[in-house]
Amino acid sequence: MSKATASPARSIAAHGILILYTIIALFPVLIVIVNSFKSRQAIFREPLMPPTASTFDLIGYVTVMKQGDFLLYFQNSFVVTVVSLFFVLLFGAMAAFALSEYRFRGNTLMGLYLALGIMIPIRLATVAILQLMVASGLVNTLTALVLVYTAQGLPLAIFILSEFMKGVSDDLKNAGRIDGLSEYTIFFRLVLPLVRPAMATVAVFTMIPIWNDLWFPLILAPSESTKTVTLGAQLFLGQYVTNWNAVLAALSLAILPVLILYIAFSRQLIRGITSGAVK
Amino acid sequence: MGSLKIEQVKKSFGNVDVLKGIDLAVEDGEFVVFVGPSGCGKSTLLRVIAGLEDATSGRVLIDGDDVSATPPAKRGIAMVFQTYALYPHLTVRDNMALGLKQAGEPIAEIDKRIGAASAMLGLEPYLKRRPAELSGGQRQRVAIGRAVVREPKLFLFDEPLSNLDAALRVNTRLEIAQLHRRLKATMIYVTHDQVEAMTLADKIVVLNAGRVEQVGAPMELYNAPANEFVAGFIGSPKMNFIDGGRLGESVKTVGVRPEHITVDPAKGDWKGTVVHAEHLGADTNLFLDCEKTGMLTVRLFGEYAAEPGMTLHATPQPGRLYRFDADGRAVK
Repeated sequence: MSKATASPARSIAAHGILILYTIIALFPVLIVIVNSFKSRQAIFREPLMPPTASTFDLIGYVTVMKQGDFLLYFQNSFVVTVVSLFFVLLFGAMAAFALSEYRFRGNTLMGLYLALGIMIPIRLATVAILQLMVASGLVNTLTALVLVYTAQGLPLAIFILSEFMKGVSDDLKNAGRIDGLSEYTIFFRLVLPLVRPAMATVAVFTMIPIWNDLWFPLILAPSESTKTVTLGAQLFLGQYVTNWNAVLAALSLAILPVLILYIAFSRQLIRGITSGAVK
Repeated sequence: MGSLKIEQVKKSFGNVDVLKGIDLAVEDGEFVVFVGPSGCGKSTLLRVIAGLEDATSGRVLIDGDDVSATPPAKRGIAMVFQTYALYPHLTVRDNMALGLKQAGEPIAEIDKRIGAASAMLGLEPYLKRRPAELSGGQRQRVAIGRAVVREPKLFLFDEPLSNLDAALRVNTRLEIAQLHRRLKATMIYVTHDQVEAMTLADKIVVLNAGRVEQVGAPMELYNAPANEFVAGFIGSPKMNFIDGGRLGESVKTVGVRPEHITVDPAKGDWKGTVVHAEHLGADTNLFLDCEKTGMLTVRLFGEYAAEPGMTLHATPQPGRLYRFDADGRAVK
């Protein structure tokens, strides 16, 4: 902001509101992390206090490491998220490219049909999906989860990416055609790098619901070998007794991988490599 | 090598007919400019020649071979786009090399051609840079270089100067003209700017609403326009059109170019009042409201002291009147 338009009062007010919002948004996460390092008594006695020398306790993390196969759960979550994300981005971008680039009969109708999934929650079809997975023998496999999450993520991906792909210069694609590049090369080498910021946006929006989902792992893949982190953390939530130390530790650990993925993608969001392509 | 023939090419997008049956022949080594107002189909025609759009009907022949079903890369053409369309992730050198690599040319040959083209276009210092690190004029030169190294039968230019500023436009225009002289290649150039058309072309094709209005050398179009549209489109400022009845002529419209009118304060054919005067130094453009003809644009060479409100008499130069019938066709 230039000096001429900045007013201290407005600036303070704006910062105040934003800081307040940040505190509200981060508070639960902070409480989870802080309390995961405390002993059970300390969690209940002074839930808002940071761990001190006397209350510091890694019992939660120790429990998580010992009980259950948490490393496997993490691996499952990670595999499901990354593989689903890969397919969502690949198929979403391909469908978006076709919709934005080629004129064919029913193009608009196809676009609407593919975007319809945004408005209809996939969980409505849970029973049918379960029947399908039972019939095809995919229950208790990660494949079942990957398939469901790919279907869940595609509509939004296609919707966002096709808008961005319409913005990619036709001249650039045509220059590629004249230079003898195949349509696949044009797609992978020319168009995809130019819509990278949009891909990163889609990746973030797709990834977080998958990582956090409890519903489909619980229904489609609840076996020990296919449990995801969110499902694994349920181990410590009992009807009568809940091991809060372990729950908080598991949740704190669950934040990490998704945070790393988020940071990786959001760097792409910021970095614009499109400059110099046209004009 | 490098002749082009277009036979009855039609192109429709849905219900909209963009090209309504175009016939055209371009000889080897000719510089042909397609010119016309926006939406007249000139870019679409170029894309049909390039193979980027399929014609709805009709044939395109390059060197006598029907290429209607040949993909763009196999047609022996190269295209320069308005927006440059350089590959952003490749260096200048790789931008130029890509098409040749795709065609499977040996490395030595690629190096030789890039060396020659970059020397010709003054691109040697920039070969290792990416497009983002170049200015607009340099980018367009790279785009031209990318076309040159392919040694095509046909160069296609799609409004290549539209994105450049005025000074660069003149320079690049000069470079394209020199390029044509040096390579003696067949070039097809699309523009809406009639100055580019007049200065570059061996032959101008004036298009309007999907039809060819007239084909001819620049001076042919200027001196003998076939119809009212061409007469109005070629020449700047635009030709004056006067209702034939007002001048006592039997034809529908009479046209006279602004530069073919002389003015005199005392005597002349058409008495009028100066509405506005544009003093450009080399030229003076006067807008006269004449009793007999209505509004008239007059272009005088050099400076002329005229002010709004002044009374002047305008006289058309003898033999410089154009006559058009009710369909807009020229009456000889």
